[in-house]
Amino acid sequence: MIEAALVIGGIGVVAALGLGVAARIFAVYVDPKVLEVDEVLPGANCGGCGFTGCVAAAEAVVKGKAPPDVCIAGGFEVAEAVAAVMGMSVEAGEKPLAELGCKYGMDLAHTLFDYDGVADCRAAALVAGGGKVCSMGCLGLGSCVRACTFDALSIGPDGLPMVDDSRCTGCGSCERTCPKGIIRVHTPSRRFTHVQTEDDCVAPCQATCPAQIDIPSYIAAIARGDYLDAVSIIKEYNPLPLTCGRVCPHVCESACRRQYADEEININHLKRFAADYELKSGQHVLPVKAPATGKKVAIIGGGPSGLTCGYYLARLGHQVKIWEAMPEPGGMLLYGIPEYRLPKKTLAWEIDGILKMGVELECNKRLGEDITLEQLADEGWDAIYIAVGAWGSRRLGCPGEDEYPEAASGTEFLIKRGLREETPVGKNVIIVGGGNTAMDCARTSWRLGAENVYLLYRRSRKEMPANDIEVEEGEHEEVQYHFLAAPTKLLGEDGKLTAMEFLKMELGAPDASGRRRPVPIKDSEEEIPADNVFAAIGQSPILTCLDDDKVGEKVNRTRWNSVLVDESNGSTSVEGIFSGGDGARGAATAVEAIRDGRFAARAIDLHIKGEPIEVPENWLPRAPRLPGIDEGVDIPPCARVKMPDLTVDQRRLNFDEVELGLTKEMARQESERCLQCGLVCYRGHKARA
Amino acid sequence: MTEYLLLIVSAILVNNILLAQFLGNCPFLGTSQKMSTATGMAMAVVFVMTCAGAITWGVQRYLLIPFEVEYLQTIAFILVIASLVQLVEIVLQKTAPALYQALGIFLPLITTNCAVLGVAIINIQKDYDFMQTLVFSFASAVGFGLALVLFAGIRERFVLIRMPKVLQGTASGLITAGLMALAFQGFKGLF
Repeated sequence: MIEAALVIGGIGVVAALGLGVAARIFAVYVDPKVLEVDEVLPGANCGGCGFTGCVAAAEAVVKGKAPPDVCIAGGFEVAEAVAAVMGMSVEAGEKPLAELGCKYGMDLAHTLFDYDGVADCRAAALVAGGGKVCSMGCLGLGSCVRACTFDALSIGPDGLPMVDDSRCTGCGSCERTCPKGIIRVHTPSRRFTHVQTEDDCVAPCQATCPAQIDIPSYIAAIARGDYLDAVSIIKEYNPLPLTCGRVCPHVCESACRRQYADEEININHLKRFAADYELKSGQHVLPVKAPATGKKVAIIGGGPSGLTCGYYLARLGHQVKIWEAMPEPGGMLLYGIPEYRLPKKTLAWEIDGILKMGVELECNKRLGEDITLEQLADEGWDAIYIAVGAWGSRRLGCPGEDEYPEAASGTEFLIKRGLREETPVGKNVIIVGGGNTAMDCARTSWRLGAENVYLLYRRSRKEMPANDIEVEEGEHEEVQYHFLAAPTKLLGEDGKLTAMEFLKMELGAPDASGRRRPVPIKDSEEEIPADNVFAAIGQSPILTCLDDDKVGEKVNRTRWNSVLVDESNGSTSVEGIFSGGDGARGAATAVEAIRDGRFAARAIDLHIKGEPIEVPENWLPRAPRLPGIDEGVDIPPCARVKMPDLTVDQRRLNFDEVELGLTKEMARQESERCLQCGLVCYRGHKARA
Repeated sequence: MTEYLLLIVSAILVNNILLAQFLGNCPFLGTSQKMSTATGMAMAVVFVMTCAGAITWGVQRYLLIPFEVEYLQTIAFILVIASLVQLVEIVLQKTAPALYQALGIFLPLITTNCAVLGVAIINIQKDYDFMQTLVFSFASAVGFGLALVLFAGIRERFVLIRMPKVLQGTASGLITAGLMALAFQGFKGLF
C-alpha cells in the first residue's frame, strides 16, 4: 500500500517538477494588455475583423496594427472598452448591417431545374449557378442563415432571408457564405460610395436616375408610413430631395415598368412628399458621420454639385469648406430657378441641413479674385473640387442686340430676380429658346404683368428640351409659342426696343444630335412688337477664374470651354483637383450635378486615402438596356395620383409655389402602386416559363 | 523487417484503433465535422501517441514492474499522459510556435483521448519491446488519422444533402462509422 502511494506520488512529484521547470525554461512572454483586451472582446471568434479569432485581434490592437474599434461584432460599446484598456479614444461611426440584395419571393421566382439533394447555396451555385432563372437572384437555401453566429437571420414568409437589424452585428459571415454576393454588409457610406455596375440588381427607375437613388426602397418606406426613413434612403444618393422633388426632369418615370400596365408612378412627387414631411417636421434628418479623418477638402462653388460633394465628404468624416461667389449659396437653384417652382425659403432650409453636417461655407468669395487655386494648394488642402457652374449665356447674334438695353440674356434676368432686384418688364415680352430657362423667363414675365409673352423656338414643340410639364403650364399661363422661328433683327426707336423681326423655318435632315435641323424659309420675315427680349439659347461655364493661376492653368479644358474631367470619377488633369456639375459638363440638370458631386466625393475620399479612384470595368455610365421590361405587365390598373396645383388665376402677379404637394393619403395610394421591381422581376408577378 | 511491416499494416488497417478496436470515439465524432479540424487532430494524435507509447513503456518497465505495483497501471499512465501533453504544449509554444499554432486546441483535447491510453496498454499486453512499441504506437496513430480524415470527408458531404431530421448530426455519424467499421473488417482476411 505504501509502495503504491509512493509510486503514484513519485510520478506526480516528478511530473509536477518537470512541468514546473519546463514552464520556467520555456516561458513565453504574453503582454498582459493582450489578455485584458481579449477579456473585453466578445469571444465569438466570428472573424468579422479579418483576424483569426479574438486573441489574434487583441494582439493586433496591442501591437498597434489594428484600431481599437477592430471588433465589428461588438459595436461601439466594445470599441469603447478596448480603447479604455489601451488608453485611446474612439468615436461612434456608422453601424454596419447585413442587407439582402434580392427582392423577389422564392415561391415566385421561376425555377430552371430542381436538383433534389442540394441543401446548400454554395453547392447549388456550383451547378449551373443554381436553379433559378435570374442569375443574380437569391437561391433561398439558407446557407447565410446557418452561417450567422448571432441568430440575426431567418427565412421569411416569401422564402427570402430576413435580417433582424437589432441582432445583426455586421460581422460579415453571411456575406462570406453567400456564393452570389446577394447578402452584403452595408453601411450608408458603403452604399453612397458604390458605383453601379452591370452586376447590380436594380429597378429600371434606379438604373435610369442619374443620381442612382434607390427609388423602390424609399417608395416602400413611404408605403409603410416611415417617411423619415424614406428621406434617409433618398439622402444616401441625393442630399437635395426638397429641391429635386420640385425641379427634377424625372427621367426615372420614363423607365417605370408600371407605364405598360396603366401609367408610370409619380416618383418625383413621392420624393417631394417625403422631403416636405421632413421640412414640416422642422427637424433635419442628420445621418451618423464617420469619425473625423483630419483631412480637409476645399470646394469652389456652393451650387447643387458643390453642396452634394461637401455633404458626402462630411459624412465620410472629412473637413469641408465651400467658397461661394454669390451672396447666398444654392447656385443656379437659387439664381436660375424662379420662386414659383422652388421657393427660396425651402431651398435655404435644405442647404441649412447640409451645413449642419459640418460643412463650412463662405459666401461672396470668388475664385480668381478673392481666392486662387494656387493659394489653396499652398494652404495644404488635401483635395479641391471645382463646381463653378455654367453662368455664361449665349448671345442671339443678330443686329441690334447691343443697341437696346431691353434685350438681355434670360439667365441675367433670372439672376437679378435671385438677387431680389427690381426686374420690370413691358407689355410685350419675347423669349428666344426652348429650354427650361426659356420657360422660366416666360412664366416669370407673365407673373410680372406682361400682357403678351411670346416664346420663339427654332424647332418644333416635340424637340423642345424643356420639361413637358413646363411647356404645358406655359400654355395655361398664356405663353404664345412661335415654333420654327428664328430672330433676325431687333428694331427700335430712339434707343428703345419696339419690335423683333423673325424668320420662319422648316425642318430638314437630322443633325449630329439626331434632331432635325431647322432650315430657314426665304422671304418669310415677320415682326412682333417687343418691349423686352430675353435670349435663353444656351449657357456655358466661365473659366476665366482658372487663368492667371499657376495651378489653375494646368487644368485642361474641353473644346466647349468646360473643365475636362474623367466622367467616372471627376478627376481633372491635375492630381488632387476634381470637378463636376455644369462647370464640367456644360449646362445640364440639377440631378446630374448632384450625381457628379457624389461621384467626386467617392473619388476624393479614395484619393485622400491613397487608394485607386478608378471605377469597376463594368460600371454603368448611362441607363442600361433593360431586357423585356415592357412584356407581360399583368397588373390590375390603378390611376396615377396627380399633384394638386394653383389655378391659373391664382398664379397671376405673384410668385407663390404652383405645385402644392401630395397629401398623406395620396402618397400612400401612389406608393402602393409601385411594383418594387428588381432588374428582371417585379412584385406580384409570376415569372413566365 | 517484415515483422515491423506486418505490425504497421496490422495497426493501420486490420486492427485499426478506431474502427476495429472502437477506441477514441469521442474525438472521432467531435472533430470530424470539418476536414481542416480533422487533419489538425490527426497530426496532434500522431505526435502525442508516439511519445506517450514510448514513455509509458518506460514507466511500466522501470517503475511498475520493479516495485510490483502493476495494478496501478491505468492511473499511472493517465497521470503520465496528462503531464506529457502539458509538457509538450509548453515546449512547443516556445520552440516551434508555428507547429503550436497549427495544432492549436487539439493538443489539450488529447489528454482525454482514450485511444492514447488504449495504445499504451496494448503495448504492455502484447509484451512489445521498445522498438515495437514505438512503431506500433506510431502506426496506430496513423490509423486513427486515416479513419478520422476519411470520416470527415464523408461528413462534409452530409451538409449538402437532404436528410431526415432524426438522422441529422450524431445519428448519421454513428451509422456511417458503423458502415466504415464493417468495411475495415474486410482487412481481417488479409493475413
